[in-house]
Amino acid sequence: MTGPAGTRATATAPKPAAAKAAPGPPHPTVRALTRALPLTPATVLLLLFLAGPIAYCAYIAFTDLQLTGQAEDSFIGFENFRTAFGDEAFLNAVWLTLVFTVVSALLGQNTLGLALAALMRRASKPVRTLVGGIVVTAWVLPEVVAGFLLYAFFRREGTLNAVLDWLHLPTQNWLYTLPILAVSFANVWRGTAFSMLVYSAALNEIPKEITEAAEMDGAGGWRRMWHITLPMIRRSIGTNLMLITLQTLSVFGLIWVMTRGGPGGKSQTLPLFMYEEAFQKSMIGYGTAVALLLLVVGSLFSVIYLRLLRTEV
Amino acid sequence: MPVRPTAPSSRRSPLRLLLTAALAVTAPGALAACGSGSGSDPDTVEVSYKQSTDNQVRVMDTFLADVKKQFEKAHPGKKVKLVPIKAPDSEYYTKVQQMLRSPKTAPDLVYEDTFLINSDITSGYLKPLDDYLAGWKDWDQFIDTAKTAAKAEDGKTYGVPDGTDTRGLWFDKAIFEKAGLPADWQPKTWADVLDAARTIKRKVPDVIPLNVYTGKPAGEAATMQGFEMLLYGTEGATRGGADPLYDEKSKKWKAGTQGFKDALAFVETVYKEKLGPEVSDALDPNISTRVRGELLPEGRLGINLDGSWLPQDWLPGSGHAWPEWSEKLGLAHMPTQNGQAPGKVSMSGGWTWAIPDKAGNPDLAFEFIKTMQSKANAQKWYIANSGIAVREDVAADPAYAEAQPGIKFFTDLVSSTHYRPAYPAYPKVSTAIQEAMESVTTGDASVAEAAKNYDEELRTATDDQVIEE
Repeated sequence: MTGPAGTRATATAPKPAAAKAAPGPPHPTVRALTRALPLTPATVLLLLFLAGPIAYCAYIAFTDLQLTGQAEDSFIGFENFRTAFGDEAFLNAVWLTLVFTVVSALLGQNTLGLALAALMRRASKPVRTLVGGIVVTAWVLPEVVAGFLLYAFFRREGTLNAVLDWLHLPTQNWLYTLPILAVSFANVWRGTAFSMLVYSAALNEIPKEITEAAEMDGAGGWRRMWHITLPMIRRSIGTNLMLITLQTLSVFGLIWVMTRGGPGGKSQTLPLFMYEEAFQKSMIGYGTAVALLLLVVGSLFSVIYLRLLRTEV
Repeated sequence: MPVRPTAPSSRRSPLRLLLTAALAVTAPGALAACGSGSGSDPDTVEVSYKQSTDNQVRVMDTFLADVKKQFEKAHPGKKVKLVPIKAPDSEYYTKVQQMLRSPKTAPDLVYEDTFLINSDITSGYLKPLDDYLAGWKDWDQFIDTAKTAAKAEDGKTYGVPDGTDTRGLWFDKAIFEKAGLPADWQPKTWADVLDAARTIKRKVPDVIPLNVYTGKPAGEAATMQGFEMLLYGTEGATRGGADPLYDEKSKKWKAGTQGFKDALAFVETVYKEKLGPEVSDALDPNISTRVRGELLPEGRLGINLDGSWLPQDWLPGSGHAWPEWSEKLGLAHMPTQNGQAPGKVSMSGGWTWAIPDKAGNPDLAFEFIKTMQSKANAQKWYIANSGIAVREDVAADPAYAEAQPGIKFFTDLVSSTHYRPAYPAYPKVSTAIQEAMESVTTGDASVAEAAKNYDEELRTATDDQVIEE
């Protein structure tokens, strides 16, 4: 936040003291150290409160630590991970996490966000303000509130069924028959605003001349989208995909409020599975091991995006 | 902006003050973390308890506030700090266990469900109370079975029970009349219960005939009010009086019993024939709150297999006062499977007051227990909480027996009640039971498949301490 002058001020402030010890310019290491000095408190705090717990988590993933029911915990190596891959409930959770992420983040939030952003460029100002306002409202609602709203929308006596009933269409209990799709839809409803904002910003960066030139050459809307817009906002697509994927992988409250991962584990994604193992069955060690595996899933997605992101420029 | 090597002192002093203040604030915290004790002062008892998630129900808060007043009056200079934890049962346990792990957060007194107490004892979270109990003459007034509720495998006692509970069938007299069923209904067998439900379904189509809690969302309510009320009435359980879940002799858990399958089959029948709530409602985590708060008072439920504590929600001042419940509802005991002796089944659990191992003021905490569990206070609590007395002097007091309709019925069930085998593995076993129930409720698995899955889960949950029948 400070300008170069400010930075220099902090760096050179201790100089009088150093100057007494060594006349002339200070040694490069000394300078590096003095420059690092202002960062130390923050670094120490980060190590203490962020890296510390993470390292501790990584350690307990290899133990059989329980919240209750045993006197001593011991180091058990990869046993928790072996258990996980032999555990049907875990594999089910992995599968549902992938479904939830692909359906709600990649297909839902991402394409809907892009579509909204593209349509809103051509819309009149009042329409733009109205649509943008509605979409962003869904996004700023606390997760639990959004969860309750959508629970009320989907439940057996909820709004959706009332509307279907009024249209004389068959109704069903969505949270019971298609729970993973219901929570995916909820996540799309809640998270689209983020993608919309990212893409609005990206689309505004595209020089008008290029689109106009393409139009002169007779390229239709779809072709312009495919050959000009998408390649030009490629970086934003990558960044957005990475961010929403990581957000979606860790969604807990929304699903917890709507279905608790039920019925029968049909919407139990990894975060919910983790919670159940760690806190309801008290298997802290196993739950943490699953958390680490979730971290791996997240990294895999990130690596894929980073590779796709590489521009041939 | 001109660079000033040294800022004037007037600019620096607030910063210095701030730093000093920050240090002054954090240092004691850091020091206390190294010390032992609950980080509280020696004159304050911290009492953590479960606050109802229903804002209208403040029975426990009111009772404890009253005891706090008495205690502080009797012990000048001592203070009581009430620490309510507002959560559904399963989340309350988790929260408490995390508090018990560290001397900084451990309260001096904790409300422990008998369902988990053995597990917490094994973890070393709680203090044995034998030395304290030896010097407390009121302890002799406690019923023997209740004394064992918080007795661990090491023979020591870790908690003072504040009442117990029993379970039975609640039925709606108006619905029964419409269905042409007797007002003094008392089923003799499981088949009688199902037949009554079928009759209701046929003749009173717009109500739920029978509620049996099931599945993981309902948690322990499904295991205890639902499954065990059936299991402990099966032939295998009543014949030798042996526990159907746990074999005391070999110290192993029982797998694949016929009784287990029979109990599952009952649950399957209820939901397959649509005698119960909609499956999606049955698997709603808030089902038990709905049963007490809406379905029964609104006359939308015929028969409810549930606990003795229901009326606590209907007392005047509880928010859904329903004083006429005793005229509207009838009570019947849960019969055994085929009507074989002893003819009735009930399960009992209940909660106890325990002192954490890491408590800072255990002595003062026990003083608080003494005040709280005196005859007068205990009696007040049993009645307020619709609990079943565990003190003989209270049970014998006509003022208690007549305080509320239903108390006599449920107190009489104490003679034929069963306690859960609440060993450390029990919570996990209970979850495995809920999963089996859920799969037959949704129709995902047949009874045989669900029982087979239970056996596998049981091996994992108990480290292979399993015995085949």
